[in-house]
Amino acid sequence: MSEVLLAAEGMTRRFGGLTANQNVNIALERGVLHALLGPNGAGKSTCINMLSGDLPPSEGTIRFKGEDITGLTAYQRSRIGIGRSYQRTNIFPKFTVLENCRLAAQSRKPRPWSLLTDALRMPDAVERARAAIAEAGLAGREERVAGTMSHGEQRQLEIAMVLATDAEVLLLDEPLAGMGSEESAQMVTLLNRLKTTRAILLVEHDMDAVFAVSDRITVMVNGQVLESGSPEQIRNSPDVQQAYLGHEAEHE
Amino acid sequence: MNSRTTTFLKLAALAGVLAFPAFGSEFYAELIAKVLILAIFAMSLDLLVGFTGLVSFGHAAYFGIAAYAVALLTPKYDPASLWLALPASVLAAAVAAFLIGLFVLRTKGIYFIMVTLAFAQMAYYVFHDTPVGGGSDGIYLNFKPDAAIAGWAPFDLNEPHHLYYFVVGAMLFVYALLKLVLRSPFGRVLVGIRSNEHRMLSLGYATFRYKLAAFTLAGGLAGLAGFLYAVLFGFVTPEYLSWHKSGDVLLMVILGGMGNLVGAIAGAVALVGLQEIFTGLTKHWQLLMGLTIVAAVLFMPGGMAATPARILARINGGKTNE
Amino acid sequence: MDFVSFLIQVLNSLQYGLLLFLVASGLTLVFGIMGIINLAHGSFYMVGAYLAFALTSLTGNLMLAIALGLPLAFVFGAILEWALFSHLYKRDHLEQVLLTYGLILIFEELRSLAVGDEVHGVTIPELFSASIPLSDNLSYPVYRLVISVVCLALAGGLYWLIQKTRLGMMIRAGSHDRDMVKALGIDINLLYRTVFALGVALAALAGMLAAPISSVYPGMGSSVLIISFVIVVIGGVGSVWGALVAALVIGFADTFGKVLLPDLAGLMVYLVMAVVLLWRPEGIFKKA
Repeated sequence: MSEVLLAAEGMTRRFGGLTANQNVNIALERGVLHALLGPNGAGKSTCINMLSGDLPPSEGTIRFKGEDITGLTAYQRSRIGIGRSYQRTNIFPKFTVLENCRLAAQSRKPRPWSLLTDALRMPDAVERARAAIAEAGLAGREERVAGTMSHGEQRQLEIAMVLATDAEVLLLDEPLAGMGSEESAQMVTLLNRLKTTRAILLVEHDMDAVFAVSDRITVMVNGQVLESGSPEQIRNSPDVQQAYLGHEAEHE
Repeated sequence: MNSRTTTFLKLAALAGVLAFPAFGSEFYAELIAKVLILAIFAMSLDLLVGFTGLVSFGHAAYFGIAAYAVALLTPKYDPASLWLALPASVLAAAVAAFLIGLFVLRTKGIYFIMVTLAFAQMAYYVFHDTPVGGGSDGIYLNFKPDAAIAGWAPFDLNEPHHLYYFVVGAMLFVYALLKLVLRSPFGRVLVGIRSNEHRMLSLGYATFRYKLAAFTLAGGLAGLAGFLYAVLFGFVTPEYLSWHKSGDVLLMVILGGMGNLVGAIAGAVALVGLQEIFTGLTKHWQLLMGLTIVAAVLFMPGGMAATPARILARINGGKTNE
Repeated sequence: MDFVSFLIQVLNSLQYGLLLFLVASGLTLVFGIMGIINLAHGSFYMVGAYLAFALTSLTGNLMLAIALGLPLAFVFGAILEWALFSHLYKRDHLEQVLLTYGLILIFEELRSLAVGDEVHGVTIPELFSASIPLSDNLSYPVYRLVISVVCLALAGGLYWLIQKTRLGMMIRAGSHDRDMVKALGIDINLLYRTVFALGVALAALAGMLAAPISSVYPGMGSSVLIISFVIVVIGGVGSVWGALVAALVIGFADTFGKVLLPDLAGLMVYLVMAVVLLWRPEGIFKKA
């Protein structure tokens, strides 16, 4: 059995009277691409936001490699190796691709006090940035201004930035959103390559992609986990079919 | 403008400033010194507004605190030591900025603008309403700080030329320092915060600490400007901390084009220049100033600085550059 | 402090706070609905005070002056919105700060050109010139009570306007979601113009009412501007009720500050603001 990197136990989040997540349990293992499925408003975003530290849970425990990290903020979680990408492209649009990733890489060894160093010549950060760019399939586009690239490339850049932080856990919020079929296929290949050494949580709407790449699927409905299991198990689950997949599943 | 032209223009301006005392009148030398001090002030604010995205509307507080510090450190019948008064004044401003920054940096956007203003007003009223610094009349600095170290004086700030070059040196020091800072890993993070603070957090940066460090540094450099201003003119009043002063320096930064150190200097030149021209024309010079500002916003979006750059770019046929 | 002096200070606090509310309510509406930072809002208070002075000299009666001045201020506001502020909605906060800062200079100098830089008094209407004796040697001027009553009535009127009328419905919708207003088919330009002019009229009215007790002097707009901003921020940008609560808090803090800690009186207001914002970084009545 592989190693569990990030796990949530009994994670609950309330907004006023509304319970957005109730008693959610989820475990992300190294080498496993874990997809989080669910209709709009099911609580997927709340879930990923609590895992990344953007939102504190009302109840429950979040563990990283067995250690309780519930109280850590977003930047502290990033520092220990939990990286996330965002549903809406969240990059530095006026910076080059390289600078986007270089900033991400610099965060591992920030050296804020070395005021005499030229940041652009810090070899370790630049190297790591270039490596991440290559890994995400953006080699050759280092000097492009991020905001001028295509939507698909910007999504790739999102991932490259997370990779540049040497994250072991990737929390990816709809990385395929708005992509064409060719771009999607590239991204799926990329995800398959990335998961070999990392744990990945993929929040996604695109059914075909989810079933194509994920090793494990958790389905959320109304803020609760409806079912969790292998793609086969989920595909054949009557509960899931009824609640979410509907006739789409019969189609296949 | 291509970078060679820019470098040439910068060097020409520097040469002009350095050579000025040899030819120009003392009155104008003092005016240039004033502009250079305000340029330091404007550059320090630009670090916050232009590079970190923090629109402080209370930057005069740190300018004024350092000015009061040197005035209060100067004994009634003796000069203070420059090597004590200068660091102490700058430190006073930096410490004030650090403490205020702890509070104000919790707020964002319009709230940040207003809270920085509120703290500056607090500092203003401390000096205005209490007898610490002579109340609303202010306080005189009877002696300029003494540069002597163990009896040997490398220069004498009572000499107008010495003071002039001291100010020029300080301005160049601040420019170089900020250039280095902005090039360093720390500076890159500040620019990242301006662009997308949330993303910086998720990349693992403790952005609050970076902003606090920037706020403290900017406060200290504003303090250097305040120190020099007090030494140049020999008196300090609560008006140094007033919101008009904060507005003026913000004006310099915006007019010069935010996120551009040379622009901040140009903004200081433009503002003082306009003031000089308008005061020469009429008693109601503020009317002309106000009209200029309104016209600048309405008809020159992007700031006045963008306009000459655009024109020069057309002449040179090159791309715009700092 | 004995009870009578305490009572007098309470009445003064109420009167000052309510007057500030008139200025701040317009500021917070313009802020909340149009997203405009208007540094020149204090100038409208100053314009009102000078209008009261000029029109009282002309007509001999402050009440008549207010009756004439109020529509003038409203029209002035509408013209200003049309000529200048309507061009600012899409600009960023910095440019708004800059332009309205320029406007302050213009208004101050035009005032100086038109009526000079002397301090002027405005006489209290005879009807309200009496004082109510509270003890052997302490009394309270009727005019200050009148100010409080008028301001309270206006606060009530504003409540009615915002909660019960169609204009109020649009204002509430507008401060919540600008796109929704457009979707409802409301003429957004007209709405903005009306709200802005209303804000100008309220600030000017505050200046007119204050003229007899504070007298009329250069720079009177600046001090009230900064305090009004403090109120808007404490109350929560865009919240009229927040502004009312905050204005009263500031009225009390300032008045009692002057009595209890005269050395630190100027500081009190800002101290209150700092404390409130530490507790709630987006004001007491933060909009969701």
